[in-house]
Amino acid sequence: MRRVVVTGLGLVTPLGADVETVWANLLAGKSGAGPITRFDTTGQKCLIACEVKPADHEYGFDAGKRVDHKIQRQVDPFIVYGIDAAGQALEDAGLVDMNDDLKMRTGCSIGSGIGGLPGIESESIVLHEKGPGRVSPHFVHGRLINLISGQVSIKYGLMGPNHAVVTACSTGAHSIGDAARMIKDGDADVMLAGGAESTINPLGVAGFAQARALNCSYNDRPEQASRPYDKDRDGFVMGEGAGVVVLEEYEHAKARGAKIYAEVVGYGLSGDAYHVTAPHPEGKGAELAMRMALRKAGLQAGDIDYVNAHGTSTMADTIELAAVKRVLGDDLSGASMSSTKSAIGHLLGGAGAVETIFCILAIRDQIVPPTLNLDNPDEGTEGVDLVPHKAKKRTVRAALNNSFGFGGTNASVIVKAI
Amino acid sequence: MSDTADRVKKIVVEHLGVEADKVTEDASFIDDLGADSLDIVELVMAFEEEFGVEIPDDAAEKISTVSDAIKYIDENKG
Repeated sequence: MRRVVVTGLGLVTPLGADVETVWANLLAGKSGAGPITRFDTTGQKCLIACEVKPADHEYGFDAGKRVDHKIQRQVDPFIVYGIDAAGQALEDAGLVDMNDDLKMRTGCSIGSGIGGLPGIESESIVLHEKGPGRVSPHFVHGRLINLISGQVSIKYGLMGPNHAVVTACSTGAHSIGDAARMIKDGDADVMLAGGAESTINPLGVAGFAQARALNCSYNDRPEQASRPYDKDRDGFVMGEGAGVVVLEEYEHAKARGAKIYAEVVGYGLSGDAYHVTAPHPEGKGAELAMRMALRKAGLQAGDIDYVNAHGTSTMADTIELAAVKRVLGDDLSGASMSSTKSAIGHLLGGAGAVETIFCILAIRDQIVPPTLNLDNPDEGTEGVDLVPHKAKKRTVRAALNNSFGFGGTNASVIVKAI
Repeated sequence: MSDTADRVKKIVVEHLGVEADKVTEDASFIDDLGADSLDIVELVMAFEEEFGVEIPDDAAEKISTVSDAIKYIDENKG
């Protein structure tokens, strides 16, 4: 059986634009939240978000580093973040210069939950105010979800499978799981896999606020707004960014002497079949996904040392925790579980990929990142280590990432030390 | 250098992300400045906005160099 390992990582998040900076800030307990600076929030219910910081910030993102000026002008920010994170991952894996044979065996599976909403919004205004003749000729392909995979394949000459998952907030986890299967099936030897999102624009913020999903009651205390499992949580804080990994067939990685972070051993997926935005009240879909991932991994409850929860800081946190308890046991069989959305917000289609990278780094460094703002743990959290406030050193052999999305879509990915 | 030429070159630099000194009057958008056909559509739109001229599709198709653009604008602007 072909095994799949992770040999490269790339991150663009509100806590930094490279893997080591993001990880150091996350472990230090920093928050990426603040007042929205991208647009005038007059009239909005939600005034805060976790924005990727500008290039002149201490840990800001310099789009010019890996993305041509012309492309930056033509495409939505989620594509720019995705191209950059993919570039980081390839550089980390030592795969920037590939021979033609390997390029034909290397593919992309980088998705997004929503795609180019800011550009759809702004071009709609152009259409309305100036007419169809002023709509950008780059409008369509600058907004399409599969255009991270498209742009990355063109930039690096990658002719393997070119794919893009769209499963709302579980996109990133499904992207990695699906890409791992493509390697297992022999469709490719190397896959760039992950997700990206950038919808901190008036329409995106208003839409999520109207769906009653966003936190709108901590506008004066943005760093305290994302508080998974806390009694006073009141909705998620929108984040943005991208996470991309290089997945590689194990023997291929070994043969070229690649640095191997971890193995992708388990992947489970399911549907809630219940409601478009609310999770199944008993978390049955989440449970199914976790159980499938464990079974595929050939692992028992006690083998999982860390769970990076979906934990969006909504009422659904309780439902996820109950499902995790049913799968791993009431004390999670000694596993720690945290929600890094408390620090970077909810990266929507990017979340599952970014958080799987955090699982991989937890295995690399034998430390688990904290759940910030967990001042008054909600009922049902007793006896569970939710890693409040501070990162914690501990043994991490295998880690599970949960990602759930609107439409009732669920994904669980398990990574394990090699 | 004419005012039109200056403004055209500024738009080309901004849209194509090329060095200003490469935008000579005889430079071809596609062969010398790395544009594709959609980039030219976008440039023509930007010229129309900047100079308040209408550049119909059949005229736009004949604009292949920087000087073609300057000439068309100088002859047609109000």
